[in-house]
This record gives sequence, structure tokens and C-alpha cells, in this order.
Amino acid sequence: MVPLNWYIELSAIIFTIGAVGFLIRRNIMIMLISIELMLNSVNISLVAFSHYLQDVRGQVLVLFIITVAAAEAAIGLAIVVAMFKNKAVLHTDEVMEMKG
Amino acid sequence: MLPKLYFGYFSIVMVVISLLIITRKNPVHSILWMLALFFHIAGLYLFLNAEFLAAVQLILYAGAILVLFLFVIMMLNIKKEVVDERFAGDWAMAVFVGGTILVLILMAISTLTPGPLGSYTIAAVQAETHAKVLGRVLYTEYLFPFEIASLILLIAVVGALVLAKKRRT
Repeated sequence: MVPLNWYIELSAIIFTIGAVGFLIRRNIMIMLISIELMLNSVNISLVAFSHYLQDVRGQVLVLFIITVAAAEAAIGLAIVVAMFKNKAVLHTDEVMEMKG
Repeated sequence: MLPKLYFGYFSIVMVVISLLIITRKNPVHSILWMLALFFHIAGLYLFLNAEFLAAVQLILYAGAILVLFLFVIMMLNIKKEVVDERFAGDWAMAVFVGGTILVLILMAISTLTPGPLGSYTIAAVQAETHAKVLGRVLYTEYLFPFEIASLILLIAVVGALVLAKKRRT
């Protein structure tokens, strides 16, 4: 039997990789992919808890997270398309309308 | 022993693939590695007796969301982006912050004490089939959150249309 902690640690490692990827990259597509990576790592920990605590509510939460991830991907990609139509860049350092 | 080997293979491959995803120069390569990662996550779900979620993971993530990403990348011109600088100037700081977060989370996990067990044992779920149990909980106990999720999807559809539409002035 694999201990529960191993799953949570794997989830934490992948979440950190996603967060670091979001911080170090400036290509907006890879930033969106990093967000998906973080959402998936949380799903792994939820399914592991659901299995080890013998409760299916964690898996229902995973379904909701997948819904939110789909909505986020649709909106994020629409923003990317709108941004590319206006400025023809995918590099976030070149988008400075908001003085960020 | 065998389950630990199985988990070890999956965890090592998943961490390596995640590192590949955030370091590839071409976003298309990142997305194809993401596809491999999703297959491994689905395998891990099967290992955790969540076969319906494994199917949903492949159909929805690999089949719908990744194809949407690929579709947008193919529509946009990425030739210039590929020759751009890969990492942001302060990437060492970001890696340091990420490492600090990881150490903090791992310290917190080491003191984890699981809560009380629920009533859905593996045998009970297998007797009723996994998809049926999940559907019953989703449509009774979580009916209101389910409706809110459908509203979120509706907002996403409308929002994507409004954002991507050509502006009439």
C-alpha cells in the first residue's frame, strides 16, 4: 500500500513546478499551461484523499475543478486571441497598457 | 512492493514531464508533453480506483482543453516567439520562491493526520459501480454547486464570444 503522504508530496512538487513555470516564463501560452498544471496537481491530491478516506466527495470536487479549468481555458484563450489581434505579441513584457 | 514501484514510475515520470513542460521553448512541444502528463495522471486515477475520473481526464483535458490550446497556437503566428528569450530576467528569484513554498508545504505534509473515514469503502463503491456512486452524490448532495458550475460554463461561453468578437464601432 502506497502511503497517502507520497501522493500529497507528489501533488505539492507538481504544484510548485507549475507555480515556478508561471513565474519564470513570459510566453502567455506557457503561463496558461502552467495554470492547468497547478489545477491538475490539486486534482491528484483530492483523488488521493478521496481514496484513502473512503469518501467520494473529493472526486465530485475534482469534477467541479475540471469544469472551472475548462471555463478558465476558454476565457484565457479568448483573451490571448483578442490580445494577439490588437498587438500581435504573445510576450507579456510587451503588453504594458495597464502599466504592469 | 509492486504498487510502490508503479507509483514510483508514475511520480518520477510526472515530475520530469512537468519540468519539460515549463522549460520548452516552443509552446507546441509544451502542450504535447502536457498530453503525456495527462495520460499519466489518468493512470494514477485508475490506480486510486477512480475509473470514471480517469475517463473524464482523458476525454475532457486531453480531448477538449489541449486541442483548444493547440488550435489557438496554430491560429497565432508563433515564429517570432520561438526566437525570443526563454526565461524572465529574474528567474533565479522565482525558483527560490518556488523552492521555499515547496519546503513549507512538505513540512506541513509531514505533520498530516487524516480525518475520520467515510462510508464509501472500496467494496461498497465496487458493488454499486463508480460512475453511479459519483452521479448519485453529484445530483443529490451537490445539486446546487452543480447548477453553479453550469452557470460558470455559460458565462465562459458568453465571455469567450464577447472577447473574440470583432468590435463594431
